[in-house]
This record gives sequence, structure tokens and C-alpha cells, in this order.
Amino acid sequence: MTDHARGGGGGHDSREVILGRIRRALGPSGPGPGGSGAPVAPPIPRDYAVSHLPDTSEGTTDPVELLAENLADYRALVHRVDPAGLPALIARLLAARGARSVVTPPGLPDGWLPEDITRVPDDPAATAAELDAVDAVVTGCALAIAETGTIVLDGSPDQGRRRITLIPDHHLCVVRVPEQVVASVPEAMPRLVPHRPQTWISGPSATSDIELDRVEGVHGPRVLEVLLVGPTGTGAAGY
Amino acid sequence: MAERMRVGLFITCVNDTLYPDTGRAVVTLLERLGVEVDFPEAQSCCGQPQFNTGYRSETEPLVRRYAEVFAGCDHIVTPSGSCAAMVRDHHPGFAVPGAAETARRTLELTEFLVDVLGVTDVGAYYPHTVTYHPTCHGLRALGLGDRPRRLLERVRGLELVELPGAEECCGFGGTFAVKNAAVSTAMGRDKARAVVSTGASAVCTVDNSCLMHIGGVLRRAGSPVRPVHLAEILASTEESPGAAAHGAVTGTGGAKR
Amino acid sequence: MSGTFLGMPGRPGGGSRPTAPRDFPTAAEAAGRDATLRGNLRHATHTIRDKRARAVAELSDWPELRAAGAAIKDDVLLRLDSHLERLEAAVTAAGGTVHWASDAAEANRIVTELVHATGETEVIKVKSMATQEIGLNEALAEAGITAYETDLAELIVQLGDDLPSHILVPAIHRNRSEIRDIFRERMGEWGRAAPEGLTDRPAELAEAARLHLREKFLRARVGISGANFMVAETGTLVVVESEGNGRMCLTLPETLISVVGIEKVVPTWRDLEVFLQLLPRSSTAERMNPYTTMWTGTTDGDGPREFHLVLLDNGRTDVLADTVGRQALRCIRCSACLNVCPVYERAGGHAYGSAYPGPIGAILTPQLRGVGSELDASLPYASSLCGACYEVCPVAIDIPRVLVHLRERVVEGGEVTVRGSRVRLKPARGHAAERAVMRAARWALERPGVVRAGQRVAGRTRRLHPRRLPGPGAAWTASRDLPTVPAESFRQWWHRTRGPGGGSGAGDGDTSRKERS
Repeated sequence: MTDHARGGGGGHDSREVILGRIRRALGPSGPGPGGSGAPVAPPIPRDYAVSHLPDTSEGTTDPVELLAENLADYRALVHRVDPAGLPALIARLLAARGARSVVTPPGLPDGWLPEDITRVPDDPAATAAELDAVDAVVTGCALAIAETGTIVLDGSPDQGRRRITLIPDHHLCVVRVPEQVVASVPEAMPRLVPHRPQTWISGPSATSDIELDRVEGVHGPRVLEVLLVGPTGTGAAGY
Repeated sequence: MAERMRVGLFITCVNDTLYPDTGRAVVTLLERLGVEVDFPEAQSCCGQPQFNTGYRSETEPLVRRYAEVFAGCDHIVTPSGSCAAMVRDHHPGFAVPGAAETARRTLELTEFLVDVLGVTDVGAYYPHTVTYHPTCHGLRALGLGDRPRRLLERVRGLELVELPGAEECCGFGGTFAVKNAAVSTAMGRDKARAVVSTGASAVCTVDNSCLMHIGGVLRRAGSPVRPVHLAEILASTEESPGAAAHGAVTGTGGAKR
Repeated sequence: MSGTFLGMPGRPGGGSRPTAPRDFPTAAEAAGRDATLRGNLRHATHTIRDKRARAVAELSDWPELRAAGAAIKDDVLLRLDSHLERLEAAVTAAGGTVHWASDAAEANRIVTELVHATGETEVIKVKSMATQEIGLNEALAEAGITAYETDLAELIVQLGDDLPSHILVPAIHRNRSEIRDIFRERMGEWGRAAPEGLTDRPAELAEAARLHLREKFLRARVGISGANFMVAETGTLVVVESEGNGRMCLTLPETLISVVGIEKVVPTWRDLEVFLQLLPRSSTAERMNPYTTMWTGTTDGDGPREFHLVLLDNGRTDVLADTVGRQALRCIRCSACLNVCPVYERAGGHAYGSAYPGPIGAILTPQLRGVGSELDASLPYASSLCGACYEVCPVAIDIPRVLVHLRERVVEGGEVTVRGSRVRLKPARGHAAERAVMRAARWALERPGVVRAGQRVAGRTRRLHPRRLPGPGAAWTASRDLPTVPAESFRQWWHRTRGPGGGSGAGDGDTSRKERS
């Protein structure tokens, strides 16, 4: 009865076996070799919403406000700051947690970090254990999604390799607002480049594995601070 | 009701054999509303027990009989959510002439009352505290929505109390009740506990098979809460309290007056 | 197939790993007697049930998303061969290597050989249903390779020498104090011991897992994963998770091996916009899960240098051959159907005897493994057909319909596909008595005269009916009273009062009345 592949590492025989089984399973009317090529799958209905920004009395919700709200809802710490105030805010947040060393992706703007902090470059030769000894990491992001409270990293120069935002326990992520904020997942997809390695982050590491109750802080950074940088209107350096 | 309506009553095998009061209540109620009720005596079972247990070939003759017996009816009304769902959802899947048509014309009682007759106040009187369990087939297969509730809310003297966890299955499930008796019983006991917690003197559904289960658990536990089919509540009036009202008074002592 | 659920002996000094149940009703009944288990399951499933409802209610277009999700998956299934070929080409072009495994044994052999080739004897794993299904950990152990589970719940299961009982939360059957005990007693045997004075606070338990696993993450050179989605268009794989253990396994090792069921492919990058909305809200009831990793082949200097994708059939093409049952392959493993299922809540996951518990397991396992065993033949009956699973399914799998379809397969037999070949199944043994009853009932129900005669006899003998029935009827009367048979059936009443020769009374003037149970 079984016709699983013989010999070797499974490779070619099983490929043909599986594809053959699929074609037989779909029957002679299905597409593909030997089939009539008749269309079988109806078109995908895509009448779902492009975004769900709630309407308020003053019009549509500001995506930046919603992003801040949803990030905070999942226990990310959110700060708003104007560009001039960014370095001071970063310095204050690092100092507040006693961070002495910071991993820095190659494209991180020079002026963002305080002078007195140890900069650990994002070095492919560094071991995971070496990264584990670093206190914090500061990055930019590819974009942020308001509705879900998500920041997306794609390995661009201001974000670095995936592991640098994973091993240090404190991640500061800078989002340029409003230009890097999209409302929804459907708005995010076309702006992302599929072949870039991506990490979508929605709040700090969490688990629901104990009695299906959410607990924050497992393997990823336990502190996620998101810095929304843009015109704040007040000139205030963060909240 | 200016015009007397003629509908076929599909009583269902469970109601016919075990709960004739429900059938009589439907007749009483519909006639009071000016509907001429026809009961084709050649009718039998919708085939649900066979079908749901996997006996498709044993189901087909029953589907055929249903389609033949009710072929001439404008509306086929049944006091059972699960049988209505069986007919509507599954009869059309059989290669039986006319089955799709009779399926389309089959309505659960509350659908017929609210959608076809356009009534929610049927002139009923039932002076008891009642909790309503929306059965799974009524809720999810037929989508009865708030029809039963709207009818109950307009029954004079009736106090409707909310059933906690109302949308959870009571655990009957046809042959499931004996094939997986332990789980079925555990579900039934949880449902019975919820019913008792409401303080109602009666629990009401649109399906006597679920009531047979819930009622069986309640009675085994010595609970005075009475299972009662919605039709029996709707059929009772001040002048003619009917079997259901009588029973509630004698059975529970929970009557309001 | 999988050794995992077929009575694998526990490790020396191990706990009491559940053995494969004989059949679902027996196992469910035993689970029902365990008050702690029932309490744990009830608490957890009710917690997540309400949260899911709120998360879903936030999206006004949920029905449209659900329809799109189902349609995309149907498109995948109906063109599965070309989607897989496209995926293979894209993964290969991006530096990955694609392997095809027709069954569990072949998949295990491929993975074992790939690990051997690295020279390593330990691997870190991110929770994967596919590797659970094929019993990969056991196969690796036989080859001298230790697989460390890194998902918190999988860790609890592994340390406790237990089996998973839930798709999302494999240790859902354990409460916090049981988890604390397992950590205290067993962590030391596997690596860093639990901290002194560990309490049962979930945050402390999570911290203990963090410390225990950290050393394993930092030294691991081989990672093994599954995937939630594979994009045919781009060759991108997607893993959706919460804790960060997935990111560790997917990015730190030098070699990554992903074992993924062939049905996990989606056609286009854009399709992710549907599933990344449907999955988190259905699964953990979040707007978005904390971490999602997407990778395409290998990337210079970032993540594993070697990436192997093992495409797993193991019965999936047999499911595909069944036009009714194939919708089970739409499943995105969110576990919403488990959380809402009243039967799962009371039976627990182990009663289903496979990696896939709950309603989805009851339709998937008998299709993947067939209905040959008593256990697998009992699974389609592990449901009251209440329909709650269908209602919450984000890809609209009509689970009740497939359950009934599989019940037909059990009792009536018929043509099925087994490992790619068409075979004719005989009706299952063990249903002979039931079949006779069904046949007799149908015979009688076709003859209203017979029914009427039977009702008359039952009515006349009603005072003699026992309260508890013998034989199969005992399954009812052991816990529930029977309704009292009325003196007169509806049919008799109608015939007497309205029928030929009967009266024509329009009201309910008859005073004879049955006692209602």
C-alpha cells in the first residue's frame, strides 16, 4: 500500500510521489498535467476592510495615537518626543535602567546615543553569549502598525541583525511619526520587502502558557520602549 | 387573522411518541391564530438519528417519505429546532425528488409565528418564572436569533430569567448521549446547575429532545424545575391553562400565584 | 505512524506519561473523574473563550476576513501541486534546501541525517504540531540526539514526561502549582535547576523557564521548527509566537530545519494580511501576538547559514482526496475550536490520542491515520454536534459536517485514499448491533401503522416501565431519568379526535395527559 520513497535522503522520489498523490487526489478535472485545466478555485473575496481606524467625533482616529495606545495596552513603554529631544530621551531611558552598554546597528544615527555609553557594534563574529552581556539595544524600525500595536524590523542598517533585538533585555525602538506609521496589517504588507528577514514585535515577550493567562517577560527583551519621534506640537521631550 | 392558513404539521417522532402535549399545544396555538393545521398521518421521522450517527443509507428512505408526504404543503411547521435543521440543512443533499423544495418550506415553530404570521404576542398567559435555553440547532444551525425570546417576552404573567452560559450545549447530541454518556452527563449536569441557579420554576426550549436530557438530569437530581416546550407556554391562556401550566403548578410549587 | 501517542515508554525515572487511550469515551470518562483536570480545563478554556470573543468583536469585517481566509486556503488545496513547486523554487533560489517526506518515518530520517551532518547531538525546538505528529523527538532520541523543547508549555510537558493536550497551550491540563512542582523536581535533570524557593506565581514560573532555557539557546547550533505559513510566491516562512523562544530557535543556530505540512503554503505575500489578522485573535485573543518571524531562505550574516525545509505529507494527500473532508486542511492551528468545545473541556486533550485534540483533531486524526483502530473510529463521535467549533473557526471549517461524513465512513465504509491509493473500506466491526437497531427503526418508521401499534403497546404498559434500563439503555438511565411514556401518542390523539371516524374538536379538550419528566 505504501509507496514512500526508497533510499537516500528522501529527496526526488518522494517529491514525485507527493506531487502525484496531489494530482490524483484533485482528480482529472483538476489543473496541472493530465487535467483539463478547468478553473476550480473561485476568486478570493477581498472585501474585508483595508483598515479599522475607529471614527471619533472629531473625525478619524490619529494612527499615531492609536499606535501609542495599543503598544501600551500590551505593556510596551511608549514615549513621544520631537527630533531635537531624542538624544536626551534615549540617554535618560538608558540611565534609568542603569544601562552601560548598548548594541548599535551600523546605520544608527551617531548623535542618538550619549557619549559616555559603551557602544557594542552589531558584529557577525560576536557570539550570542557576548550579546547576552550587553545591557540594551537601540534601533529604528521599518514601520509600525497602529491597529495592532506592532513595530516591524526588517534588518535595514538602522535595525541590524535579528538577534541584537532579541538577546539584550532592554530594547529601545525609534519610530518616525507619522511617516513610518500605517493603520493596519493590509496597509503594511505592500510596504514591506518579503525577502528581508523580518521581526514583528507587539509588546515585550509574553506567554499565555500558564492557565491561558498572559504573563509578560519570557525570552525576548523584557522591557520594550517605543520612542515615537516627530512633531509633538508641544516641544515637550516625551511622556 | 383574516384568512385561515393551511399548514402541514411535522410532529417529529420524539414528540409524537413521548411528548404529545407539545403537538397538541401547537395545534391549539395555531388554530387560535387562525391557521388550519393539517397532520399528514403518513409522516414519520426526519432521519436525524440515523444521519447524525452515520447511517446515510438508512436515512434516505425517510427523506423520501418526508418529501412525498409534505409535497403539497405551503408551509411545513415543526416544534423541533433540530428536526427543522436536519430537514433544511441535510435533506437537499440527498438525491430525492422534491426534497429540496420541502426542505425550503420547512419552518421551526417560532420562525413560522414571527416570520410568516408576523406575530409575537400570541395571547398567551403563563404565570411562572421561566428560563430559556437556546438549543444548539436553534441557535447555530437555524439562526432563530431572538424569535423565541420575543415570543416569551409577550406572554402575560411570565417572568423570563437569564440562563448563565445559555449558548453552551446541554450535552444531548442524539446518540452522543449514550455513546459518550459520561461527557454528555457532565454537560447535562452543568446545564441543570445553571438552570437551577436562575431560580426559575421551568426551563423552556424549542426542542423536546434537549428537554428530555436536561429534564432527565434535573429529575434524577430531585429538582422540581420543570422542562417545558415553548409551544406549551404559548398555547396556555387564562381561560385554558393547558397541560403545561397545570403541570407547572402541580410539579414545582414554583408558580407565582 | 507517530510513536508519540502509541504507548512510548517513559524515560527512566520519568513521570506517568499517558498511554494511548483504548477509545475516546473510555478516556473521556476517566478524565471526567479527575477533579483537578476538570477544574484546570474549565478555568483555562473559559478564560480564553471570552477574550477571543472580545478580540474578534473589535473587527467589524470578521465575516469577510473569515471568508477570505477560507477561500485562500481552498485555492491552496485545489492547486496544491503548483503552489508547492513554486514554493520550492523560491526557497531554493533564496539559499534554502527543500526536502520532501511522504510519511513520518521519512521525515524523521531526513531530519536525523541533517542533524548528524552537523556533528551535533543536541537541538533546540520551537513548538511544532508537525514534529509532534511524526514523533520527531523520540526518533532523534533513538539516534542519540537530544531535542530540547523551548516553548514554556512544551517545556512543562517535556519535563513532566507528559503529552501535550492542547494545540496552543500543550500544558493546559496543568495548573500553576503542578507546574511549580514539575519545575522544582525536574529542571535539574535537564540543565539549570529551578531557583530556590520557586513559588507558583506565573511570572516567577516564566522567569524560571527563562533562566533554564537561556544557556541552551546561547549554545545551540541546530534549531528545529515548524511554520505557520509558507508563501509560495516569495519562499517566505512565517512563525507566529509569544515568548521569544521561536526567535531564539530561528535566528541563533547555524542550521535551521523546518518541518512543515504541505497544506501550510499560501499563494502570495499579500495573503498574509488575512491570516495575520485571523490567527492571533482566534488563538491567543490578541490583536497581534508578541513576535512574528519571517524569513526567506538564508540571509548573509543574519540568522542560520543553512536552512532546510522538509515538506511533510504523512496522510495529507489522502485527506485532500476526500472532497468533504479536505476542508480540515484549511486549519491554521489556532485552537479556537478546542477552547469553545464543551466536549474537549470535559474530556481533556489526551482522550483524543493524537497530537491534534479537540474538534479539529476529531476530524483530522481519523483522516490522517484512517479509522482502522478503535480509538480513531471513536473520534468522529466525540461531539454533540453543537456547532460551536464551526462558529468560531477563522477559516470556516464545517466541523460538524465533516464529523457526520466520517461517521458514515465508520459505519458504512466506502472508498477512501490510503497513502495515495484508492481502497474500499468495510463497515467497522463493533457497530453491528447499532446497525441492526438503525435498520429496524427505519423499517418501522417507514410504516406508520407499526409505529402506532408500538406506541399503543408502550402506552398500555407504561406503569411497568423500569426506571433503569438494562443493556445499552443503561448508558442513559445511569445518570438521567427517562420520560414517562404517555398513555396516548400525538398520532393516536389526532386520529381519535380529528382523523377518519374520530371527533373534530378544535381545542385541547382532552383531559388525559401524561406526566412530564
